[in-house]
Amino acid sequence: MPSTLFDKVWDSHVVSHIADGPDVFFIDRHFIHEVTSPVAFLGLEQRGLKVMFPERTFATADHNTPTINQHLPVADPLSANQLKALETNAAKYGISHWGLGNPKNGIVHVVGPENGITLPGMTIVCGDSHTSTHGAFGCIAFGIGTSEVEMVLSSQCIMQPKPKKMRINVNGKLGKGILPKDVVLYIISKLTAAGATGYFVEFAGEVFENMSMEGRMTVCNMSIEMGARGGMIAPDETTFAYIKGKDKAPKGEAWDKALAYWKTLKTDADATFDLEYNFEAKDIEPMITYGTNPGMGTGITQHIPVTAETGNSKASYEKSLNYMGFHEDDALLGKKVDYVFIGSCTNGRIEDFRAFASIVKGRKKADNVTAWIVPGSHIVEQQIKDEGILDILTEAGFELRQPGCSACLAMNDDKIPAGKYAVSTSNRNFEGRQGPGARTMLASPLVAAAAAVTGVVTDPRELIA
Amino acid sequence: MAYDKFNILKSSAVPMPIENVDTDQIIPARFLKATERKGFGDNLFRDWRYNADDTPKKDFVLNNPIYSGKILVGGKNFGSGSSREHAAWAIYDYGLRCVVSSFFADIFKGNSLNIGILPVTVSPEFLDKIFKAIEADPNTELEVNLPAQSITILATGEKESFDINGYKKNNLLNGYDDIDFLQSVKDDIQKVAASSIY
Repeated sequence: MPSTLFDKVWDSHVVSHIADGPDVFFIDRHFIHEVTSPVAFLGLEQRGLKVMFPERTFATADHNTPTINQHLPVADPLSANQLKALETNAAKYGISHWGLGNPKNGIVHVVGPENGITLPGMTIVCGDSHTSTHGAFGCIAFGIGTSEVEMVLSSQCIMQPKPKKMRINVNGKLGKGILPKDVVLYIISKLTAAGATGYFVEFAGEVFENMSMEGRMTVCNMSIEMGARGGMIAPDETTFAYIKGKDKAPKGEAWDKALAYWKTLKTDADATFDLEYNFEAKDIEPMITYGTNPGMGTGITQHIPVTAETGNSKASYEKSLNYMGFHEDDALLGKKVDYVFIGSCTNGRIEDFRAFASIVKGRKKADNVTAWIVPGSHIVEQQIKDEGILDILTEAGFELRQPGCSACLAMNDDKIPAGKYAVSTSNRNFEGRQGPGARTMLASPLVAAAAAVTGVVTDPRELIA
Repeated sequence: MAYDKFNILKSSAVPMPIENVDTDQIIPARFLKATERKGFGDNLFRDWRYNADDTPKKDFVLNNPIYSGKILVGGKNFGSGSSREHAAWAIYDYGLRCVVSSFFADIFKGNSLNIGILPVTVSPEFLDKIFKAIEADPNTELEVNLPAQSITILATGEKESFDINGYKKNNLLNGYDDIDFLQSVKDDIQKVAASSIY
């Protein structure tokens, strides 16, 4: 029977199916970080359980880490305590740990792929909803809660009902200045923030086939923002070329064997999905959000929709626009910007900084803008330096910070002040997400760069040579 | 962590007729720095509940003494966003045992079931009836009957059934959890691990 990529990976990881219940689902790789793991380790201890396969779990510190002066002790005692707990737990149970200061440290969803830990056909979980990022490699990857972190530590399994299947096809060729972030923000704006709840998504079509791995990671990263459990893209030559030579990628004979398997990881021609959408690349322009969930986005040249067009209740829509200080039918171009944030597991990879630099090169940071430029990992930070991007940034009046989740969720000191507007390359524009009272407009690295040099929401296509 | 068994819950309810209540609202990230599971209820809906100077916001439903109970009734797409189980912990720690909505985000729903909170999905029409009943009388009681899989507005007798898979239902009724279950099937897990190419 023809099957989908999702079926192939899911079914090969089912230990058993419980009648009128979930599947016992085997996990190949488990990432942990300092925020959602301590209580799981505490649970293990209370039950007297061991970690079943410590070599399948990888720890990195990211959510709570400072992005300046990482050589100094972490000032916030609560953050320091969480980082210490991760280190202690990893050491106690024999788990690999890339803590603060380790040259491999960075955001969990950046370091996994760049070190070859993430490989096609794997099942990957982490106590973080943006684990969906790893779907870019043809993995089933999704976020879990702390109880499930404890399950994976103690049994390498979780208990999950199999989600329904959705395919989203985007065909055609993207226009100038349209990035993967625009593609995914466009899809979410069409499906809404809950439109894929209950589904696992496969992204297919020319746009994704022609996309880099970095771009595919950006797209899969945000599949959770339309409610999907995760999103995935079939591995192809682009995937294999990205993986080859990575630190933990298979080598020699093991590579050949793995490659043969990876090539089977695609949806069969006659396989069916529970739901399918088709979009055209030509309809996508640079996107920006105007509200307080990622579904509230539109083309940058558009006006803010009126309630009736959005399918939201009037009360919820008004609450959202009030929070943002916006009104129905406002133009988005020209809106004042106070902060620009480029980074996060969504847009903290080398390609994102290349895009940002392509616009700021030869220009100056706008005086009214505070910009936080945060690489996703030390490896990305080094690439930024090696490729001369740091020089371009410095020349334009920008500073590069150190890796971490930073202002994406504002757990550390990188908080946007109340009432201020931020154009952010991160993934969530929820109320207070980037700091209490902060107003977030999600966008691509090019839109962020255009805002950073003009001080207002600007169509990046006007600044591209 | 052990939780109280869930059977039949009869309680007044706290209405929150807002759509897309995300987990950053339920518990903002800056309150996720604990290494133990305690005290999260104090920061439930922190930024909707308190001003920047920590004084309560009078117009927020949890600060309004006319509303109380062990059931929270929310608008559609409740619990979207982050996978933080802390959101469910905060709800439980505050003293709520059941959340009713017309639509739940997947991860929040799973997290709730894992820690002993029952998420009840009702039709948009029934959700509207519940909001109207609470608006008419804040003391109005709901009966959530897990064995029968039904929810009733006691004042009017209006009733709707809800879905839950048999395995999770049995867990909640008995206070069981998945971790113990998985320990019991470790031999099967070993076999799958041994056959994995990774």
